[in-house]
Amino acid sequence: MAEIAHRGWQPSSALARRRPVAHGLARLARRRSTIAFLMCLPLIVIVAGLVIYPACYAIVLSTLNKSQTRFVGLGNFTFLLSRDVFWMVVWQSAIFALSAVFFKALIGLITAHLVNNLPSRGQRKWRGMLLVPWVIPLALSTLGWWWLFDPTHSAFNWIIRAFGGTDIPWLSDPFWARFSVILVNIWYGAPFFLIMYLAALKSVPEQLYEAAAIDGANAWQRFVHITLPMMRNIIAITVLFSLIVTFANFDIVQIMTAGGPRNMTHVFATYAFLLGIRSGDIPLGASVSLFMLPILAISAVFILRGVRKRARDIA
Amino acid sequence: MRRSSVTRRGVLKYAALGTTAVIAAPYISPTYAAGRLTLGCWDHWVPGANNTLTKLCNEWGEKNKVEVQIDYITSQGEKDKLTAAAEAQAGTGHDIMSHRDWNIQVHQNALEPLDDVVNQLIKQHGPISPVAEYLAKIKGTWRGVPTTVGSQVKPCCSRLDLYKQHAGIDLREMFPPDEAQYDKAKTDQWNWDLYLTSAEKLFKAGYPVGLPMGQTSDAVDWVGALFNAYGVVMVDDKDNIKINSDETRQALEYLKKLMAVNPPEVYAWDDAGNNRWLVSGKGSGIMNPPSAWAVAKRDNPDVAANCWTHPIPRGPKGRFVGQLPQFYGLWKFSSNKAAAKDLLLYISQRDAVGQLVAASFGYDLPSFKSLHDFDTWKTVEPPLGTVYSYPPRGDEQTSIAGAPARSDVGAQIYNQAINTVMVAKLTQGGEKPDDVIKWAERELEGTLRA
Repeated sequence: MAEIAHRGWQPSSALARRRPVAHGLARLARRRSTIAFLMCLPLIVIVAGLVIYPACYAIVLSTLNKSQTRFVGLGNFTFLLSRDVFWMVVWQSAIFALSAVFFKALIGLITAHLVNNLPSRGQRKWRGMLLVPWVIPLALSTLGWWWLFDPTHSAFNWIIRAFGGTDIPWLSDPFWARFSVILVNIWYGAPFFLIMYLAALKSVPEQLYEAAAIDGANAWQRFVHITLPMMRNIIAITVLFSLIVTFANFDIVQIMTAGGPRNMTHVFATYAFLLGIRSGDIPLGASVSLFMLPILAISAVFILRGVRKRARDIA
Repeated sequence: MRRSSVTRRGVLKYAALGTTAVIAAPYISPTYAAGRLTLGCWDHWVPGANNTLTKLCNEWGEKNKVEVQIDYITSQGEKDKLTAAAEAQAGTGHDIMSHRDWNIQVHQNALEPLDDVVNQLIKQHGPISPVAEYLAKIKGTWRGVPTTVGSQVKPCCSRLDLYKQHAGIDLREMFPPDEAQYDKAKTDQWNWDLYLTSAEKLFKAGYPVGLPMGQTSDAVDWVGALFNAYGVVMVDDKDNIKINSDETRQALEYLKKLMAVNPPEVYAWDDAGNNRWLVSGKGSGIMNPPSAWAVAKRDNPDVAANCWTHPIPRGPKGRFVGQLPQFYGLWKFSSNKAAAKDLLLYISQRDAVGQLVAASFGYDLPSFKSLHDFDTWKTVEPPLGTVYSYPPRGDEQTSIAGAPARSDVGAQIYNQAINTVMVAKLTQGGEKPDDVIKWAERELEGTLRA
């Protein structure tokens, strides 16, 4: 009452001056971008603390000498470029990532079509089952694979022998060791492609297919001229995301081969671990892990630019 | 007015003297001492072995009124090394941390000098293993105290029955469970040539020896021991690359023959691969601490009853066995350094060491030769005396791959498994010895980087 009384004799111009402040705050809170920002804030803090800070710290480390006492600029990178084993790691990482992503995308695309054409009642069960490899913790499932490929007591070899075949050196021969780690990566990663492609397939308007059918288009033509163009953006984003994750893969190679035999299955992450943690040269390890950063960043820019362009064209 | 006898200068003088005395005084275990000490220790694979260490630490803690907390950290997936690296970078964590193989060298700048502790132990127990000294005495300063827990050597662990039946060698007679009964004429016969001949016979009989040729420590250690026996030096202590030598060619030539009678999967074995090989009953011999025998005792008693741990073969330059000691390091950031040093001394006393050795059934091997006489190694069975020759006996000397290069270079040679990759390139990859040596020279140049 006292407040009202107090307000009562305030000049109206003073009230008018205070109102915009209150309205401004309320408006700020009501703005969708502010709410979005506030809701994203926990994620931003986590990303800043667990991704951006370590990445910046890794950049700083990569410019130091072995004992981390002296600035050496790009010395660690130039040293790496002069090493045979490092070039082998670059080559292997590329083979590992490109072949794994290609087959994950292919298998994901085929399986997504198969699941999409299933009757909707049974579809849910298949979707759930096919996602299992992606849901199981990777370290655990890789251990299971390692048992299957065990150098001495491989379950696969036991089956092959039962059918009269001879043992395959899954992990002791460089070719088969590379094959095995790529296979496990495909097994783990294909469900991610499947679920993304399935979502994309479901968003393609049915009318387009109906129109194409009226025009006499066969299944292949419908796939090439309707499905693929409509999925192009999701394919690009999925491939980019998977490429980044696969290039950074550590668990599968570390558990199955630890980079052997003869360093022939090392990828960037396992080689960085070997140099940085096991050999005690953290700056050199940091340099190895950062080596792909510019290449992946440039490819990300091009892929995302294409995605934006296509999105604009569709709009 | 009466002036006070307490002057500002006087207070400062006594305060300075008091502070100096507190800093300089050795840690005396007073009954009223208090505080907390945290340890990050290697998680022992022998069930119950951790309990003995905990018991010893608690005994010391109760006596000194210090609360001791131990976290046992597994070495699976190098989690102990990752923890140590994180604590060294963060400057916070446990007071005492156990470090395997080269980790003292890796974290030397973050570790407190422990000369007082180690020198006192040397005074008590006599000479220390040269490998322990090489790994923990950095630039003349001890940065780690060799532990009993987890320290090991990797001699031969062979099947008595298979060697007798297929190679005609009685290993028990050659290496009886009493060093005094070693016959030099017989032990000298056990050289790398006899090892190869017997390995060929065992291979033909369907029971090959299993010598890992991957990039993990079991492989690096036995190849390192063989290189030493042939006089191969990769990098000397003055940074000279010495791998291009006749000794290297001779060792590679020998290894080509030896690897031909090993199972082909040895190139993919991790440190458990050779253990599984022996325990399965397919293998006639491996080079390992008695962990394989202990697992066989549980999982395949018939195999365990025929296992005999004995010295490694002799080469032209001597009989060398791979040793991997562990160490306790005290972080510089520890707030209870004096108490930590006292605890390290306590658990390194003869009585404590004896308890730790017994708890591990003889697996844990102290770095002092004078502590290799515990009854555990005589009484463990089956068969009786099976691990008697696990501690180096007779002319067996300890060694580590990477030595005698300075330890930061040695760490890279060892961890990048340059020796086993050389052998695998030759024997699996079919490369010529000269090409393999050239490759090794380039890799060794890289390890010399400052």
